Amino acid sequence: MIQAIDILVLALLACTAVSVVRMRSLWAAVMLTGIYSFLGAGWMLVLDAPDVAFTEASVGAGIATILMLSTLALTSTEMKRPAASPVFPLLIVGVTGAALCYGTLDMPHFGDPNSPIHQHVAPEYLKDAVPTVHQKELKVGIGNIVTTVLASYRGYDTLGETVVIFTAGLGVLLLLQGPRKAGGSDGREEGAP
Amino acid sequence: MSTVWGLYNYWIVIFLMMTGFYIVIARRNLVKKVIGLNIFQIAVFLLYITMGKVEEGTAPILPARDFQTGAELPAYSNPLPSVLILTAIVVGIATTALALALIVRIQEAYGTIEEDEILARDREG
Repeated sequence: MIQAIDILVLALLACTAVSVVRMRSLWAAVMLTGIYSFLGAGWMLVLDAPDVAFTEASVGAGIATILMLSTLALTSTEMKRPAASPVFPLLIVGVTGAALCYGTLDMPHFGDPNSPIHQHVAPEYLKDAVPTVHQKELKVGIGNIVTTVLASYRGYDTLGETVVIFTAGLGVLLLLQGPRKAGGSDGREEGAP
Repeated sequence: MSTVWGLYNYWIVIFLMMTGFYIVIARRNLVKKVIGLNIFQIAVFLLYITMGKVEEGTAPILPARDFQTGAELPAYSNPLPSVLILTAIVVGIATTALALALIVRIQEAYGTIEEDEILARDREG
C-alpha cells in the first residue's frame, strides 16, 4: 500500500517538474511550483515526517508562492523563448544525474532499519525521549521527538536560523527601499515624483 | 528487482533535482531560474526525508501506536532528518525572498529580467 502511494506521488512530482520546465507562462509555472511543494509535503507525511510536511505546505507552498506571485506583479509574467539550444544543458544534467545514480547503488535500500543513518546519533535521542520500564523519568518530556531535538538539544541552531531570517528580511527591505529614495537622482526615472 | 524497488525513491528524487538544475542552466528568465532552484531544493529535502524512513515505523511522536488496533508499533522513523530539513526549509525561504527582491531591483534598473538582455545592456556600457 505504502509502495503504491509512493509510486503515485513520485510520478505526479516528476510530471509536475517536467511541466514546469516546459511552461512559458511564468504565472502557470509558479502555480505548478506550489502544487509541486504540496505533493512533496504529502509525500513527507507518508514518510513519517509530519512536522516537515506542515512546514513545507505552509512555507514552501504558501509563502514562496505568494513571494513569487508578487515578484511577477512587479516584473513580467511571460518569458521569452530560450535562444540557445538545449543540447549542452541536457548533456550536463544527464552526466550529473548518471553520476548521482551511480552513487546511489551503494546506498542502503529504502526503509532498511539497519542502515547506518539509524545506528549512531538517533538512537541516543530516542532513548532519552521514549519512556521504558526501567526509566520512567524522561530527560526532556516533550511528546514530539523532533521538537525535543530542535528546541531542546539544538536550540542554538534554531537561534542561528532566526538570525538568518532576520538578515534576509533586512536585505529584502534594503533592496526594495533603495530605488525609491534614489529615484529622483536617477536620470532614467525623471517622471517619478 | 529488490534493488530497483529499494533505490527507486532515490532515482526519482535525483530526476527531480536534475529537472531543477536544467531549469537553472537552460532558462534565461531570472524568475524561472529561482523556480528551478526551488524545485532542486525541495528534491534535496525529499532525499533526506526518504533516508529517515524505517520500514514498519511511525512518526517520532509518543506513543507509537497503530490507530486501528491500538497495538504498539515496533519502531520510530529517524527524527534527525526532519530536524535538519525543518531548518533547511526556513533558510530556503529566506534565500528565495532575497533572490526575488534582487530580481525586482534588476527589473527596476534594467527594465528586463531576461539574462541575455541584461548582459547585452551591460556590454553597451
